[in-house]
Amino acid sequence: MTEIEFLNWVRGPGFQMATIIFVAGIVIRIFEILLLGRKNNLAEAKGSEMSSGFKTILTRSVPDASTFKRSTFTIVAGYIFHIGLFVIIFFYAPHILLFKDVIGFGWPALPTPVVDAFAVITIIALLAVLVHRFNNKVLHYLTNFEDLLVWFVTIAPLVTGYIAFHRIGMTAPALLGLHILSVELLMVVFPFTKLMHAFTLFMSRWYNGAISGYRGVQS
Amino acid sequence: MTNRPNGKNITLADAMRSQGISRRSFLKFCAATASMMALPPAMIPRIANALENAKRPSVIWLSFQECTGCTESLTRAHTATIENLIFDSISLDYHHTLQAASGHAAEAAREAAMEENYGKYLLVVDGSIPLDNPGYSTIAGISNYDMLMATAKGAAAIIAVGTCATYGGIPHAKPNPTGAVSVGDLIKDKPIINVPGCPPIPVVITGVLTHYLTFGTIPELDHIGRPKVFYGKSIHDRCYRRPFYDKGLFAETFDDEGAKKGWCLFKLGCKGPTTYNACATTKWNNGTSFPIEAGHPCLGCSEPDFWDGGGFYKALSMPTENISKTAVYTAGAAAAAGVAIGALNRSKQAASKKAHIKVTVDDLTK
Repeated sequence: MTEIEFLNWVRGPGFQMATIIFVAGIVIRIFEILLLGRKNNLAEAKGSEMSSGFKTILTRSVPDASTFKRSTFTIVAGYIFHIGLFVIIFFYAPHILLFKDVIGFGWPALPTPVVDAFAVITIIALLAVLVHRFNNKVLHYLTNFEDLLVWFVTIAPLVTGYIAFHRIGMTAPALLGLHILSVELLMVVFPFTKLMHAFTLFMSRWYNGAISGYRGVQS
Repeated sequence: MTNRPNGKNITLADAMRSQGISRRSFLKFCAATASMMALPPAMIPRIANALENAKRPSVIWLSFQECTGCTESLTRAHTATIENLIFDSISLDYHHTLQAASGHAAEAAREAAMEENYGKYLLVVDGSIPLDNPGYSTIAGISNYDMLMATAKGAAAIIAVGTCATYGGIPHAKPNPTGAVSVGDLIKDKPIINVPGCPPIPVVITGVLTHYLTFGTIPELDHIGRPKVFYGKSIHDRCYRRPFYDKGLFAETFDDEGAKKGWCLFKLGCKGPTTYNACATTKWNNGTSFPIEAGHPCLGCSEPDFWDGGGFYKALSMPTENISKTAVYTAGAAAAAGVAIGALNRSKQAASKKAHIKVTVDDLTK
């Protein structure tokens, strides 16, 4: 297989297979969760589920003071790499072209050097969280294979993307192919691991808020 | 082919003199060739000496499944250039597009050249070879496969010219109806120099010939058989529009402001980032320009399978298949599967609820 054949494969059949697994996995899991249903609550409602639910989606984005004090590093590094990932995935011009091709519309991109800087910061933040994970005794004890797998499939597209853009090491088609392949790996692993939180996060926050709202207590 | 000096023992120097090429312009050519091939200046006299005294090597040119574009590229020059002279001064003993003879007379010329120069002649091939049915492409009733295998046997080296001969090219594009393969797919026991491109740059082929005439060896090749001196750098790395790519300034259409300002053509499908060729440096039409300079994205023609990259105007970051359709169908099927699994879970829930037996005080005091 030549490098161009490899590149054509990851851009074609490979991407198609990854999309099928990614979309099917996510849709099935969301349906499964939603269709589980809830037991009828016989108690009288003391407040609104809806408003409390939506409010909680927002309020939980800001860590409370005591939590922040306890896990400052986790929260700061976590925010950095999540924002970084968001900027890199959604505001790099070639990525927007991909979205435009799939969903039919695009949006303005950030200048490439800005995205490049975000990539460096994000990679550093992800390396730091791994070091922290092994340095912290409790975190180390709790770490299992899935945690490491999820970390790897997240940082792999960043690193391969960075070296593909800067054209370091291998030939260009091989680098680009490797980058796309690493994204496909992420897509395949996504629905079956804790990465699924990207889709369930707001659902569960809403639910937490809704329970409190029904009871008429602050969430 | 026309106006060339007669006789096989004539040297290139004789040929040049008869064409009125001055020694000064010849040396200029040697210097340009040396710098193009990244050779030290000390090599210029050696190139000049080797070329001047080079006996015209016998060259057999076979054209298979091709469009003659490669021959056009190499022979079409508006003025008689020294590159052309190099090309003219080889003893082109067989080239069915250019030669006057046809049919059996032409084949006889090929066989005579093969016999006379067995083990010494250069074989140049353009076009791919169909394997599905030998009848898809024949010359004088001989299948391309048979002619290639027979002619390759006595060749000193083979130069595969054009993307069809090097990697299968257009005939090899999906679904490859003729079962087309490249020269390298069939011949494993001879040195093969791949000079891909659709067509290749004329100066690249003369460069390869010069190298062969000067050193008697084939130039250093990359992992897919291309001379490193010409195919060592990508179009992107040598592109004068590269600074715009680095800044993220792209032409969105062929006639927008970006296009007029000469911004990067990545979004219009440029394959420059993944294509290795010398276009951006040697350029075309006697150094006039190259496709990107003319405002068109690079097609990636010197790379294998360049027709199967999902379309010339699709950016490299876009998938080659219709992913929207795949995603919509998958989501539909998955939603149905999700409902089915949900229903199954619910019936399980109901069944376990039904099977649940409450423990009474009596049970506990038994």
